[in-house]
This record gives sequence, C-alpha cells and structure tokens, in this order.
Amino acid sequence: MSRLEILVPNKAQVVVEQLYRDLERRIEASPSGLCPIDMSKAFLELCHAQTCGKCVPCRVGLKQMRKMISDVLNGKATMDTLEEMKATALSIMESADCAIGYEAANMIYKGLIGFHEEYVAHIQLGRCNCNYQQPVPCVSLCPAGVDIPGYIALVREGRYQDAIRLIRKDNPFPTTCGFICEHPCEARCRRNMVDDAVNIRGLKRMAADLAGKVAPPACQPSTGKKIAIVGGGPGGLSAAYYLQLMGHQVVVYEMLPKLGGMLRYGIPNYRLPKDRLDDDINAILETGIQVKHGLRIGIDITINELREQYDAVLITIGASTDKKLGIDGENAEGVISAVQFLRDVGKDNAIDLKGQEVCVIGGGNVSMDAVRTAVRLGAKKVSIVYRRRVADMTALKDEIDGAIAEGVEVQTLKAPVSIETDESGKVKGLWVQPQMISSIKNGRASVKATGEENVMIPCQTIIVAIGQDIEYQHFADAGVPVNRGVIQTGRHGGFDLLPGVFAGGDCATGPATVIKAIGAAKVIAANIDEYLGYHHVISSEVEVPVPNLEDRDPCGRVNMVEREACQRICDFEGVELPMTEAECKQEASRCLRCDHFGYGILKGGRETIW
Amino acid sequence: MVKLTIDQHVVEVPEGSTIMDAAGIAGIPIPKLCFLKDINEIGACRVCVVEIEGKEKLVTSCNNQVEEGMVVYTNSPKVRRNRKKTVEMILSQHNANCVTCARNRNCSLQTITRDLNILEVPYEKDLHPLPWNKNFPLIRDADKCIKCMRCIQVCDKVQGVKVWDVEGTGSRAGVYVTGNRTIEESDCTLCGQCITHCPVGALRERDDTEKAWWAIENKKKVTVVQVAPAVRAAWGETFGLSREEATMGKIVDALKRIGFDYVFDTVFTADLTIMEEGNEFIERFKKGDTKQMPMFTSCCPGWLRFIKSQYPHLVPRLSTAKSPQQMFGAVMKTYFAKKIGVAPEDMVTVSIMPCVAKKGESNMELFYEEYAGHDVDIVLTTRELNRMIRMAHIDPHNLQEEACDNPMSDGTGAGVIFGTTGGVMEAALRSAHYLITGCNPEADAFKAVRSSREQNKWKEAEITIAGIPIKTAVVNGLGNTRELIEALEKGEVHYDFVEVMACPGGCVGGGGQPIKDGCELATSRSENLRMLDEKATLRFSHENETVIKLYEEFLEKPLSHKSHMLLHTDHQAWEMPRSRR
Repeated sequence: MSRLEILVPNKAQVVVEQLYRDLERRIEASPSGLCPIDMSKAFLELCHAQTCGKCVPCRVGLKQMRKMISDVLNGKATMDTLEEMKATALSIMESADCAIGYEAANMIYKGLIGFHEEYVAHIQLGRCNCNYQQPVPCVSLCPAGVDIPGYIALVREGRYQDAIRLIRKDNPFPTTCGFICEHPCEARCRRNMVDDAVNIRGLKRMAADLAGKVAPPACQPSTGKKIAIVGGGPGGLSAAYYLQLMGHQVVVYEMLPKLGGMLRYGIPNYRLPKDRLDDDINAILETGIQVKHGLRIGIDITINELREQYDAVLITIGASTDKKLGIDGENAEGVISAVQFLRDVGKDNAIDLKGQEVCVIGGGNVSMDAVRTAVRLGAKKVSIVYRRRVADMTALKDEIDGAIAEGVEVQTLKAPVSIETDESGKVKGLWVQPQMISSIKNGRASVKATGEENVMIPCQTIIVAIGQDIEYQHFADAGVPVNRGVIQTGRHGGFDLLPGVFAGGDCATGPATVIKAIGAAKVIAANIDEYLGYHHVISSEVEVPVPNLEDRDPCGRVNMVEREACQRICDFEGVELPMTEAECKQEASRCLRCDHFGYGILKGGRETIW
Repeated sequence: MVKLTIDQHVVEVPEGSTIMDAAGIAGIPIPKLCFLKDINEIGACRVCVVEIEGKEKLVTSCNNQVEEGMVVYTNSPKVRRNRKKTVEMILSQHNANCVTCARNRNCSLQTITRDLNILEVPYEKDLHPLPWNKNFPLIRDADKCIKCMRCIQVCDKVQGVKVWDVEGTGSRAGVYVTGNRTIEESDCTLCGQCITHCPVGALRERDDTEKAWWAIENKKKVTVVQVAPAVRAAWGETFGLSREEATMGKIVDALKRIGFDYVFDTVFTADLTIMEEGNEFIERFKKGDTKQMPMFTSCCPGWLRFIKSQYPHLVPRLSTAKSPQQMFGAVMKTYFAKKIGVAPEDMVTVSIMPCVAKKGESNMELFYEEYAGHDVDIVLTTRELNRMIRMAHIDPHNLQEEACDNPMSDGTGAGVIFGTTGGVMEAALRSAHYLITGCNPEADAFKAVRSSREQNKWKEAEITIAGIPIKTAVVNGLGNTRELIEALEKGEVHYDFVEVMACPGGCVGGGGQPIKDGCELATSRSENLRMLDEKATLRFSHENETVIKLYEEFLEKPLSHKSHMLLHTDHQAWEMPRSRR
C-alpha cells in the first residue's frame, strides 16, 4: 500500500484542457460587433461553471446575475433590473472570498458601465442595437480594407499579378506591406478557430515577389484640378496615387532626396530592401504624379502659397522629429536620436560604430530597428535599455526575438537618469536607476524605483528611441488646429475652417503604422475628390476565384524563415526568406474564405468599389 | 463546359454553374428553402446540402460551383440524415400551426417536412413571437419566420428600401424592421414583395375577407366590387387553371356566386384615368412644366409611398389623378349610387387588387355632397379573392363567363395593360395622340415604351406626336426607380413623362398576387394582358363608350371641376413616415 501517489490527470481532464486551448483560440477569433450583452451572459456562465460553490456571493449571486442578464436579453427587464445588477455585482466584488467570484462580478460590472447604452436599448426597445456590418474579420481589421480573401484566393491559383492589382485597389504598397505590415488582419483570423491564423502578410509578400512588375491601371480623364501633397511618405504617396487615378494632377513636395518617408529613412534595409520599396514607388509614380524634391515646407514654401497655387492641399508630413529624454548630458557628443541615426543610414551616411558599446533607449519597433542596425554597423556590444519588462515592450515580438538572436543585450527595468561624459564632452556611459514592476494602471504595468543604487552602463554612443514628434509649428501658425503636438482633422481628414486643406497619416494621428496611413489616405483621397466636386470611384477589374470546397482540416501555419543570425548581421540585406511556391499554395489554401462562407455572403463580404 | 457526376449521372454543364443548376440540368431537383435565384444565395438554411466524394463536410449546392470531375450525391444517407436534422431544427423554432396559416398547402417548409417524412420533432419548441400591429396592411408573425433572409434581400436588392434587417447575433439573431422602428413608423412602401418571396407564412397581408363577408351578409348594404386588370392574369394559378381558362368573365361569375351585388372591371376607370391623366399631361407638357422634371404617373400606391418617404420634394411632380381603384370608388359612390338610388352610406365598395399597398391607399378620404367616407371600403388581394372562392366552396372549373354590370361595363385593351409595366404609358400615349392630332395612331404604334420585369434599370423612348417629341421613361421595381430618380436629379437624363410601378414587372408581379415559391411569374402574366389587349375590339381609352357617357351624364369633361373633386387628389393630404437615410 503506497502512502502517496503520482497524480495522473484523468481522461476527462485531458480533454477539458484541450477544450480550454480551443476556447482561447476561439475567443481570439471573436468577430467584432457581437451583442456585448449576449457575450457577457456567456462569460458569466463560464465564470459560474468555474466556481466551487462554497460561498454565497459566487454560488447564489452569480446565478441571480445570470437570471437578470437573461431578463435583459429576453425583454423582461426594467431599468430597476439594471440597478439591481449593479448592486449585486458590486456586492460580489466586495464580498466574494476568492478571485473566481470577485473577478467574475467585475467582468459584468465593467460591461454595465462600459455598454450601458446597449443595456438600455435592450430594456427600452426590446432590441439589440449592436452593429454586425463587416463580418470578414481580416478585412474589417485592415485599416485600408484590403480584399484579403480575394487576393489570397488569387495567390492560391498562382494569379500573382491579379493579386497585386486587387491589393492596389485599396493599398498601393503591396510589396512594402508584404515585408513590414504589422498585419492587424491576422489578429482575429477565423482560422484561429481551427488551428492558427493564416499568414496573410507572408502571402502578400509572396504575391509581390512572384508577380514581377505590374503596371498601375490607367488614370481617368483629366479633371484639370491640381493637388499639392506635402510629404512623400506612405500616406502622401497613397493619396497621390488614388487622386492621380481619379484624373487629378498631383504634385508631391518631398524635402528629402528620395520618396518613401519613414519607409526609406526609418525602416532599415534588412527589413524592407529599398529596391523592393522602389517597386511600389515606381508603380505609383507611373500614374503621372509630379515630385518636387528638396523644398522644406515653412522655409522654402508656405502652406498658404500652396493653397493659392493648388485646388487642394494635403499635409502628410509624418512624425519625423525625435522626443527628448530630458536628462543631464543629453546634448553630449555621442547621443543621437534614432530618427536621425536611421535616416543617416538610409542616406548611406551611417555613423561608424565599429568596436563601440551602444545603448539604445526605448522598447518600441524603432528601438529594435536601431539596435539591429547598430549591430550591423559593427558595434562591439549593443544594449536595449528599457524601464519596464520585455513583455511590456510595444515592439513586435518577432522584432525583439530577432534582435536578441543577433546578440543584442536587453537591460530591462532600468530607467535612464543621466549621461556620463568624459572631459572632452563625449559619452562615457548611461546612468540608470533600477526599477521594479508595480501596479497595473489603465491596463499597463507601471514601475517604481527599487531603492537600489544607480548603475552606470558603459557606452560610447546612446541612441534615443522613445518616440517621435511632429513638426507642426508652421501649420499651427497658418491656422491648422493642433492639439498636444498632433494635427487635429475632422473624421473626413479635413478642417472645417480651412476648406481644401486636408491632413493624414502620422502627423494627424501621432506615430502609427504604414497601413493606418494608407487607410487614411484612401479616406482623404475620396474626400478631396468630393471636395473638388467629383464622385470618382476606385475599383478593380480582377475577378476573385470561387472558393475551393476542400475540407478545412487542421494544418500548421507556414511561418517565414529568416537567414541565420550570424550571417545576416554582416550585411543589410533582407533578413526574411520567401516561402516556396508549395508553402505559398498550402498557406493560401488555409484561408476559410469568410467572404463566401458565413455572414459575408449575406452582407459585407466584398466591397468592389470605393 | 464542366463534366461531373451527380447521383451516378454524368452531366456536362456550363462553367460557373452551381451544383444545384447542374443537378437541375440532370433532372435532379434538390430541395431548398432560403435560396432565391440572384437575390438570396446565402446558404443559410442548409437544406440544399450535397455530399461531394472525398470530402467530409457537406456543401450547399445553391451557391457553390461545379468543378471538373466532381462526384456529387444529392441524396446519400449522409445528406438525407443531415437535411432531416436541419429541418427538425427549423421546425423547433417555427410556429407550425399549418391549418390556420395563410400559406397552408403553399409552404416550402411544409413541403420539405412532408418530403423528409418528419413525423416528430425531437427538440423542444422554442418560439419567439414579437408584437405586431394587426391593423397594418402588412403582417409579420415572427414565430413563423425561419430567418431565410429573403425579405431582407428583396427589400434591399430589388426594391432598395431596406425595411428589414438582421438584428442581434447568435441565438438572438432575427429579422426586424430597420432602425429600431415599428413597421408603422417605417418607410415600408407596402409593395408586398417580402410577402410574395417568403417561403413560409411569416409575412402576409392583413386578411379583410371577413369584412367582405360581413358586407355581403348585411341586408342594408349594397356591395359593389371592382377587379383590377392584373388579377385576371394570375388568379387561376392557384386553382391550376390555364391562362386561357382563367378569364375575367369567370371572376365575375365567382364574385356573383360569392354574393356581391354588382361587379365591375377596374379597366373602366383605367380608361377614365387615361382621360384625366392624359389630358393633365398634355396641359403640363404644353405649359413647359416638364422641361426640368417629368410628370410621374400616380396610379401605383407603393410608388406614392416611396416618393413621399424618399423624395418628398418631388411629390408635386406626380399627376394629381387618383388611381383607377380610387376613381372607381368615387364614381361608384356618386354617379352609380345615384343611378341605382342607393345612398353612398349604404354602399360598400370593394376592390380586388394584385397589391398590398392598395389596402393603405384606400384610407384616402372622399367627400361628396353629404357623404364623408372612403372611395373604397375594402381592398382584397388576388390571394384573398381566391380564399373567398374556396370559402364559398366554388369549383373554379365550373365557373361560367359572365359580363360585368352596367352601366360601367366597357373596358378597352388600353385599360387592360394598366396591369403591366409600360402599359399605363402606352395607353396614355395612344390617347394623347388622339387628343393632340384628332386621329388615332396604330394601336401598336407605341410598342417602344413596353417594358418587362427583366428590363435593366428603365426603358426610355422618344415618341413623336404631330412633330412634337415627347421623352418617356418606364420603370418597374423601386430599386430601379431610385436609380432613375437619382439620374434625373443629377441631370444625367431628362424625360417629360415617367411611368412608375413599384413591383417588378408592374402589377402583374404585385405583392398581392398568388405565390409560387421560387417562380417569378410577372412576365408570363404580362404576356397574358398584352394578348388580351391585342384581341380587344377597343384599344383606345377615349373610345370607351361608357366613359364618354360618364362624362356626358356626370363629369362634363376631363379636368372639369367635378373631375377634380372626385378623380384627383392632393398627395400632400396624408403623411408618410420619411426615410431616415
């Protein structure tokens, strides 16, 4: 007779554990626009099933909450029910013994406050006012609304050129986005319910790789209208592309020697090879856009001059100045902003880091670009210095992993306090204060000092990557509304008091993603067209293949493979390797075609024009 | 061409065919519920699923295309098992009170249930009724709705009005009036297309047959009934009568047997409408009133509800003429009542219409001398007429040809084609030619304005009468109508005279017509009316002797003061909820 036994999970437990993972993936793939109250009820039932039933608030209270929320959904509740729900939820939150109870009540309570209006609509109208309009998850999450199931189907059939044509209807940067889009489209991919999200970004890259040169569509007849666009980054060029296709003449003003903005001067070549960026830009320019290089807005030409010379003016200047640390020694020799650092590299004018120790301050994507570039410039040691943890970094996980693989040190929980310089005023090191992670505020963990002594990290170069600002002063002086350093447009991208002037991209949102700037450019192009008195539409002739009827058996996601770290740090060539055609086809076949199967075929499956 | 095997039959079908089409070509019918060609191909009901060899999951045959070499089973054990389960699920949420349902014996769900031999449903009944104003001409029983979404799609895609939408998600998803409105608050045009495209009895017209029976039974009341042109083209479908058998004369016989005192043909007032509207058009055209915007016909109440809700600023562009139904009511309660010595209060006017909106239109008030009431008291759809025939235990096969009563017995071919798209325009032009030139044109001279349900957008024609060009357009279906109005408003097109019929194909495709699920019968009904016109001895409204007599004895002349009082109306006199869009 044994005294103790090794615990072995029983069969039911094993299956339930699997189901938990299925549920996690399922929640990840939740479409937007579901009835929040119906979802709350489902969550509540799950929470209730998790309880042990020992204590009153959980056992009884949650059940009563379920009854009340059902009454709301069944049109049997009154406004008093809502008050009782709040009181009950609060009571459970305050009196339950363990987190299973008080956190369950907290979930309901958050909803009672957060979607109060929906509760009231159910009670007063007996109807749900939720808005289930764009049911294709990837398309609804793409800021530019690219027809993702459409081009994946084209890729599957090997119609790469058509895939590029279809993407360009909504996004004139298919190649660029194939390399560096943050792919919000993948977040709620319904394929998650089966196994894993489709590698949408990778398939776009493959379409771009395999299509070769694809000419843009012909422009519509000339309208004789002229539009100035200030800034030749992704937002400005996208708007230029669509406006030119609509028949207007666009002139892009770019202060730097080449077009592309942050795509050229911010994102390193190893992530987005510049010859590939040129593929997109050349196709955009083929529409007949004119470009004026070297003129600085506010210095060489003013916004008011542009307003006089053109029928409309679009400001897409991006966010191209650096944020300051505000610590001692910041102006020392050897301290450089990440924006400047990367721009110099983009101009083939990189600083020499051979044999140096480099600290990069910040935990975002720009910081990752800076460290990995520093490695390639021959630095002896490169460290990321960040005040929080790796988990709190805003950079994409792949970028952090890539940096670590390339030998970058990660110094977390270190808040920069001052910069040590030598007698000649050159950087000698970075003083940091050790931090500990602390309470979560607004969903983000805060930090506080541990009280330990400050530490100096020896280094000869410090790159500051803590965010970018917008050069708004000239525009503010001309009457463009600016709030907290960001240009404030209406939702149409224009200004009530400045007819004919529009703004978009990073300068109107703060630093964001390429695809967001492209999405904004679409909106603004359409609204400039309307402002000029036209109703041009942008469409694509490409016919999307009918969906294949294969069973969607679980199948692993094809991830992109990278060159070996030890090799890739020696040059600035692209890091990511393409899929093989077989991988590409398999991955494309994983798409569930939500435009055809499910709600998409009833409504919102495909917008063929805008 | 694509070669595939369906239930062991090898078939070759055009590329792009759906599996359902291919099976059809092979002579294999696949059961379906939600599918409606070109309108609702959403695979929601899952009844039309088929098995494809080598694939585990069943696929819907209605919206998936054939592939080369595909091997399809439309009726394998797996298909049958799943189809049965699916229908059992649908039945658990369907208030299957078949015996008291308007669609009893004409219901696709009933048929499929019978075909699948479902004798018991294993699920608990789960009905979700919703309150509804039963006085409204259009009635929806939510607990009969099977959420096939056809009503939403017809209203959106064909009519462009968007009265219905899906609301809620998950188990609570259902069909509701859009914008959190009730049906009375909505801009529903009452075209009734949602009713005629509903596969079950979730949508129907308000049944007014009991009101008619009451009037027939009431000794004090004289019942006078009129029958619209499009009714004759469709009523016989219900009873399996051929187009040749199902004549207007037999409807007259049926109505007499049912017990109505007097039976008239609305064709009479269609001719009268032409006299009024035709003269009004010539007057407005000559004044230059149609230089910017056309004069629109006003005989379709669905169209009136549409223009009043969507384009209220264009209401003055309507002809002021009442519709033939309303004109007949007015003439019955004045001229005819006097003729037979009956007080208008003691007369009940009934109309048999292919239309649901006519039930709304009959709310229009009539004031004449001492009388204050309505032109028409009771409006019955073609379907209700057929129900009355059944209620009266009349064998439609034994009906005889009977003539309409005097003195409004005549009708011309021009009046008959009022029931089809382009007919009002053609009839008006025939008489306009006479009014302008003093002589008749060839009866078929204005063929160019004839349209059809299949017409893309609208039919335009330029007609020259006495050297004067008149630009006309004919449109049917409200989605097309919206496009026409947008084009007119943008100045892309210009017309002098525009005929609008709300229902696809015109009144022959009306929302009050018999329903044959999955079949669009407007075009064949329309051919019937055209044939009747061709065969008619009189083909010009102005040659209708009894209309001429009506003017001589009572109305004086078209557009006279009396005509204006009785035959014209103020379209602003009633309110229509405005569109929120």
